Amino acid sequence: MKFTSLLASAAMALGLATGAMAQDKTKVGFVYVGPVGDGGWTYEHNEGRLAVEEHFGDKVETVFVESVPEGPDAERVMTQMALEGADLIFTTSFGYMDPTINVAKKFPDVKFEHATGYKTAPNVSVYSARFYEGRAVQGLIAGSMTKSNIIGYIGSYPIPEVIRGINAAYLAAKEVNPDVEFKIVWAYTWFDPAKEADAAKVLIEQGADVILQHTDSTAPQAAAQEAGNVITFGQASDMSEYAPMPRVSSIIDNWAPYYIDRTQAVMDGTWETVNTWDGIGDGMVGIGEISDAVPADVKEKALALKDAIASGEYHPFTGPINKQDGSVWLAEGETADDGTLAGMNFYVEGLEGEIPQ
Amino acid sequence: MDLGEINPVLLVASLMVAATPLLLAAIGELVVEKAGVLNLGVEGMMIVGAISGFAISVETGSPWLGFVAAAIGGAVLSLLFVLLTQVALANQVASGLALTLFGLGFSALLGQSYVGIKPPSMGEIHIPVLSDIPVIGPILFQHDPILYVGITLTAAVWAALKYTRAGLILRAVGENHDAAHALGYKVIKIRIMAIMFGGACAGLGGAYISLIRVPQWTEGMTAGVGWIALALVVFASWKPWRVLLGAYLFGGITVLQLNLQAAGVAIPVEYLAMSPYIITILVLVILSADKSSAPASLGRTFHASH
Repeated sequence: MKFTSLLASAAMALGLATGAMAQDKTKVGFVYVGPVGDGGWTYEHNEGRLAVEEHFGDKVETVFVESVPEGPDAERVMTQMALEGADLIFTTSFGYMDPTINVAKKFPDVKFEHATGYKTAPNVSVYSARFYEGRAVQGLIAGSMTKSNIIGYIGSYPIPEVIRGINAAYLAAKEVNPDVEFKIVWAYTWFDPAKEADAAKVLIEQGADVILQHTDSTAPQAAAQEAGNVITFGQASDMSEYAPMPRVSSIIDNWAPYYIDRTQAVMDGTWETVNTWDGIGDGMVGIGEISDAVPADVKEKALALKDAIASGEYHPFTGPINKQDGSVWLAEGETADDGTLAGMNFYVEGLEGEIPQ
Repeated sequence: MDLGEINPVLLVASLMVAATPLLLAAIGELVVEKAGVLNLGVEGMMIVGAISGFAISVETGSPWLGFVAAAIGGAVLSLLFVLLTQVALANQVASGLALTLFGLGFSALLGQSYVGIKPPSMGEIHIPVLSDIPVIGPILFQHDPILYVGITLTAAVWAALKYTRAGLILRAVGENHDAAHALGYKVIKIRIMAIMFGGACAGLGGAYISLIRVPQWTEGMTAGVGWIALALVVFASWKPWRVLLGAYLFGGITVLQLNLQAAGVAIPVEYLAMSPYIITILVLVILSADKSSAPASLGRTFHASH
């Protein structure tokens, strides 16, 4: 107890020291699950924060606390932010869902925005991006390029967001390569470079020549580079420092427009609870440049798929799709509804292994 | 499920790599605690070692110089702890925590321009004949040199503590600093040297992560290894070989459980994920059923007037 509170208060002091106090400014707080220098997930959220500062100049003040554990500690950090006068607080990880709801109850005048969750309240909005659209593009490239037909997938936690990504990537890979097999490893962390690198190495040792990751650091990229002849995809951020090999493309989260929009709404007094889930078409999900390591015809197909998804012409979950147990999920031509996608807790047919419950 | 997909030779080889950062940090902390000082700043010293080693090896192109710099970096940071606890006689627990917080922040600052850079590779030692033996060769004789440094260091610490006069004095200081002082030993000086040794070892451990195990620089990349090292010293009852055993168990099961997951073994993943912690603790607790206990002066502040 003592130790964690010490850490939290020290972290608060660091975060709050970044801006001076002023009454007329709109104060926006950000709670991050990893360090801003993770090169992935948290890095992009912080880019969004910087864009808010850039856009509004001295009309806004932002504060952030990084590396906040998911759980009770997060509640304390949010409470502290609200007490310090934040008008709007973005909590940027799935595990902050219940803490956000709890703290929001205590501060009805403060607006909260929770990323990737599904619980809303009069002063809590949720927002997320349709990462699975990007995963489908990755799956197509992965399935086309694998020689061993084994694709390694590093999952963080078995939550709908991650499972959706696995399913979308698998379906797209299977479409172009019926022999493809997915090996899935759960790291049970969002950020632990050493463990993420170990997971990548294990998958490579067991024959994978493509590594997909749903964890936040660039460590798997480094491990793949070390191994050679393995391709990877940037996750959450472009990770272009590992291009053209091993990183052949990426999913880039672009939070800046949303953050600016919502801050504006608080300033104008027009903020209301929303449930935002935008994809490639709205620009919240970007596909990083496909490098020259990808054959031209594969690149062409991948870009065509991206365009089809962006225009709404094609949905990555279009039937016929069966669940893992063989039961029918989507009939021919049917597309998945958002409710099922948001709570997805099953693998599609062809994937092996069980989802930890 | 297909256990045949797990290559036991690669598994053992990679568990040794996974265990080394933990071993290096823990063996350093063991010496510090044997001298009666509790330094909770291991995590901070590791991460500073990780960035110092990374930065220097990138700038000079020599991983060896990187490791030397990492040891120096860790030792220099530990001087801050020395200043607080041995000179200003501050509380060791609070000072150690402060050291970790400072180290995490300071390393992030130092590392700003090193994100996304690939460090020079250290390469592996290939001992002729030995490394060509099937199975044993790849497991024992085809690693980077620092891994052997870790094992050698464990042996050296064990021998020094057990058989040398210096080791005896260090233990005396840790068991009863007033008696050691009365015998004319320089308690503070001995403790300062122990703390700096611990800092250098933690720095090496951190650099092992950033230069060999991952290899890259990312903020906060030690992600709690320092805390595990601290726990390991206690569970190993302050005995060097048990620290080695604990580190290999922990590193080994971490890698093994990832392998089992990838091979699709039908054990619930939750159990696999917690297994390194549980099994390491269980084994070491069972081993420590003998009478070994903490150094009697551990964590107590020494002042010559007492």
